[in-house]
Amino acid sequence: MTLAPETTDLLVQLRLTDGWFTVCDLNRLLPGRGVAALLPDGTQAALFRDRTGTLYAIDNRDPFTGAAVLSRGLTGTHGGRPFVASPLLKQRFDLATGQCLDDESVRVTAYEVRARAVTAAV
Amino acid sequence: MSTDQSTIVLVGHGMVGQRFLEALAERGLTATHRVVVLCEEPRPAYDRVALTSYFSGKTPDDLSMTDLAFIEEHGIELYVGDPAEAVDREAKTVTARSGLVVGYDVLVLATGSYPFVPPVPGKDATGCFVYRTIEDLLAIEEYAKTATTGAVVGGGLLGLEAAGALKGLGLTSHIVEFAPRLMPVQVDEGGGAALLRTIEEMGLSVHTGVGTQEIVTDGEGAVRGMKLSDGSELATDLVVFSAGVRPRDQLARECGLTVGERGGIAVDEQCRTVSDPHVFAIGECALAADGRVYGLVAPGYEQAATAAATIAEDEAAFTGADLSTKLKLLGVDVASFGDAHGTADGCLDVVYSDSRAGLYKKLVIGRDGTLLGGILVGDAEAYGTLKAFTGSVPPVSPESLVLPAGAGAPAQLGPAALPDDAVICSCHNVTKGTIRGAVTDHQCVTVPEVKKCTKAGTGCGSCVKVLGQLVTAELEASGVEVDKGLCGCFGQTREELYEIVLALRITSYQELLDRYGREAARGGDGCEVCKPTVGSIIASLAPAIGASGYVLDGEQAALQDTNDHFLANLQKNGSYSVVPRIPGGEIAPEKLIVIGEIARDFGLYTKITGGQRIDMFGARVEQLPSIWARLVDAGFESGHAYGKSLRTVKSCVGRTWCRYGVQDSVRMAIDLELRYRGLRSPHKLKSAVSGCARECAEAQSKDFGVIATSSGWNLYVGGNGGATPRHADLLAQDLSDAELVRLIDRFLMFYIRTADRLERTSTWLERIPGGLDHVRDVVVHDSLGICDELEALMSAHVAGYRDEWAETINDPEKLARFVSFVNAPDTPDPVVGFVPERDQMKPDLPLLSIGHRPLEGTSQR
Ligand code: SRM
Ligand SMILES: Cc1cc2nc3c(=O)[nH]c(=O)nc-3n(C[C@H](O)[C@H](O)[C@H](O)COP(=O)(O)OP(=O)(O)OC[C@H]3O[C@@H](n4cnc5c(N)ncnc54)[C@H](O)[C@@H]3O)c2cc1C
Ligand code: SF4
Ligand code: FES
Repeated sequence: MTLAPETTDLLVQLRLTDGWFTVCDLNRLLPGRGVAALLPDGTQAALFRDRTGTLYAIDNRDPFTGAAVLSRGLTGTHGGRPFVASPLLKQRFDLATGQCLDDESVRVTAYEVRARAVTAAV
Repeated sequence: MSTDQSTIVLVGHGMVGQRFLEALAERGLTATHRVVVLCEEPRPAYDRVALTSYFSGKTPDDLSMTDLAFIEEHGIELYVGDPAEAVDREAKTVTARSGLVVGYDVLVLATGSYPFVPPVPGKDATGCFVYRTIEDLLAIEEYAKTATTGAVVGGGLLGLEAAGALKGLGLTSHIVEFAPRLMPVQVDEGGGAALLRTIEEMGLSVHTGVGTQEIVTDGEGAVRGMKLSDGSELATDLVVFSAGVRPRDQLARECGLTVGERGGIAVDEQCRTVSDPHVFAIGECALAADGRVYGLVAPGYEQAATAAATIAEDEAAFTGADLSTKLKLLGVDVASFGDAHGTADGCLDVVYSDSRAGLYKKLVIGRDGTLLGGILVGDAEAYGTLKAFTGSVPPVSPESLVLPAGAGAPAQLGPAALPDDAVICSCHNVTKGTIRGAVTDHQCVTVPEVKKCTKAGTGCGSCVKVLGQLVTAELEASGVEVDKGLCGCFGQTREELYEIVLALRITSYQELLDRYGREAARGGDGCEVCKPTVGSIIASLAPAIGASGYVLDGEQAALQDTNDHFLANLQKNGSYSVVPRIPGGEIAPEKLIVIGEIARDFGLYTKITGGQRIDMFGARVEQLPSIWARLVDAGFESGHAYGKSLRTVKSCVGRTWCRYGVQDSVRMAIDLELRYRGLRSPHKLKSAVSGCARECAEAQSKDFGVIATSSGWNLYVGGNGGATPRHADLLAQDLSDAELVRLIDRFLMFYIRTADRLERTSTWLERIPGGLDHVRDVVVHDSLGICDELEALMSAHVAGYRDEWAETINDPEKLARFVSFVNAPDTPDPVVGFVPERDQMKPDLPLLSIGHRPLEGTSQR
């Protein structure tokens, strides 16, 4: 039997305090739409992919309503910066920094995120 | 720190103190002076105005107004938790509690206020609190865990806010107010009555006209109740005193500075104390030169800027401030401006009051017709305009300014009618003239530019709406072409985009954006305004332009508003509602049973809607496919309750059963609903069919309504229920079945083609040039020669219709999107919870809306 390394699909990973956390296959992220992920500590992250393929991740909880729904908002570009608009009351959040664009005093956590080819032995 | 620098000492690091430090930094004074701050509280300055938002999830860190990098960068020495205890004005030193002694050249007192606690027996019992600092809130929160009832002494602004917070903490809450009404300072009797009704409806108990005489305690000294001045006793476990504030002028008194009779450190127009040129006082501790102590943050900020300017040897003066306020208090609009209580000689009141609806509007008018002030409760829409007219004679009669639309003559008073010296933004004292100047002399062409240029609208935000109207009016007047573009991404209107998509058969949003978007937006990701708008245009035209008619296909999925993307309506806690179509409102018992069984099996809340069908609420996202699998199996289809598309065609029972009926209204309603189901449009579409002129189906309140006549059908268009009701206009009479359908086809397609985004047929009909007559010309007389095309577009839609839920449950790739978590598809979202309500359940929301009072302008829409 030969042992050939083979590259499987790209996996999306989030940077948490204790290292990279694998969330899902990259192909689960539609350009322009988000998904929610459950983190080991029970909190939630919202992951997005824009049309150029860049990935973003912020906290999934909408600070204005308390509901965990930011992953379900519409995304866009404002002044060259990527954002998501909360599906509930429409406040926009910068995807790269988590800063709310409609209320300076509000910010949600932003996570570092990457796509990694994971090599598996066949 | 070099010793030859002179020293500024600030006592008190509250909101105004922090603003003072920023003003020092802006003027470069932090570089030339040693700045020392003594801060009493255990944390640096935070946003006291937003204090209550702690109960809706903000942490003390979120509330912080102090950026430690700012403090460090400017070399400010900040002593947290170390209050000033004494001032020696001769030696020019301040001694702090820790023993620290600092010499000053300039001393600034910004010690704020303390809550006034009436001297009643038992006021210090365990369970008595005040409402001023984060520490107060933490203590209240902790104590509330063991309490079931709470009472607030004081029904003013802060008292109501505190009571809302107690209710949010799960306590039965009472408000005890000595005055005969709530918010006695801001509103008058009528306003208080309107407010009372609304507050009581929220489940808070209000006791007005009674004083608190004693706090009753148990054996251990903990609060058990209150004795009131009318002899009654109120059982409660917790008391919050919110009976006003008093300036903290103790330190100043002790070092011999002059204080006012009723407190407050007396200062001149430069905010310098009248007794000592080396000492300033700003914020709530100061008695301003106009003899007032200001309890709002905006005047304090102005004082901070004045003091900093004076220290920098610049000219500045604080001569008084406007106390107009507009608040959303527990969700109720409350505004007062100018001489709200009508204290001027011989002035008259114009009042509109509907206390059942919680509405109260009063204008105070001078003898010569000058608008002097007013109070608005329940609906403060007109606040911005009215405030700006204060001091002048409005160009229309005062009555028409307060009457609700529809009653008498509603006046649309544009800001164009305002005089140039009218103050538009009272936070920054910006007049209409200055704003016009920004547009004409400084070439500002957008609201953000004008805000930057004039500072208008950057305070409380309540003037932004009027500001926008003014900027547009000014641009139009000066011949500048006003940007009527859809959004920041497209310079075209929705109508223009529709024409482009149809003519060029563009089926991709990205292609449209990259070819026709504004230069800067091309290649980007668009925005939340144009994506659903273009998504809707493509969906309306799908069969004609060769796009997929299925809104979750390919790129289209990314354009849909969140509701369309999950084919269900998002509810406040993140769960969804499910509404199957019930055409014409007619349903067989078997199907009713299926709905009942599904709701029971999935634990959903059910309700008969205002649209003659049944809504099931509380489905989690991952339950939607299984619910729909059963619904589709039983022959149900999507009701598109989530879409900007046809909702329902309501019907009355009609000729079949009713003794008056002249046509079969149920059959016609079913036919129309099935014909137009799934049709995406600029806004939702509603319809109804009544079997005779008695109009039991309320067809005249619909976008297209049909009323039977003995010889056919009358078609009415442009009706609306909702926020701004409008009776539909008669478009054509005595139509046959076929004529009726053909006319509706044309009407709808013409509307879809020319309306703006989110414009119902009612507003569209009133906006488009020529109005109803023009529409009649186009769709009845075919004046534009487009009726064939309109009909063809509609037939293509009808032929291409497929049920989107049936399509979705048969597509595994689409179904994979219906999960709470991409990495844990079977784990339900733990934030979605429910509690019992009557015989069913309702969302369990941890302390959200109640007690949260965003100032107008802090959140958009
Ligand atoms: C469920 C229902 C209330 C009920 O329990 O009866 C309802 C619920 C909602 N209505 Fe409504 N409306 C419902 C009948 C109505 C009616 C009565 C009718 O259709 O005869 C009206 C007045 C008629 C009209 O539209 O002209 C009505 C006027 C509105 C409006 C104001 C529209 C306007 O032009 O002023 C809105 C806001 C909007 O669409 O922008 C609205 C918006 C909403 C939304 C979608 C608000 C939202 O964005 O979350 C609600 C969500 C429903 C959900 O989650 O399922 N709803 N709404 C009714 C559903 C009917 C149905 O079977 O589809
Ligand atoms: C719940 C709540 C809601 C409010 N809502 C609004 C609103 O909607 N709009 C509005 O305009 N205003 C509102 N206000 C009022 C607003 O918060 C005050 O006007 C503003 O905070 C005044 O700022 P200040 O710096 O003068 O006083 P503060 O913010 O009270 O700061 C004074 C600081 O000085 C400290 N201090 C006192 N003595 C000493 C000493 N000897 N040594 C050192 N430090 C000392 C105090 O501990 C305090 O931290 C609200 C207030 C509260 C409590
Ligand atoms: S509208 Fe006329 S036909 Fe229909 S139920 Fe009412 S009375 Fe009967
Ligand atoms: S009035 Fe303009 S920002 Fe407050």
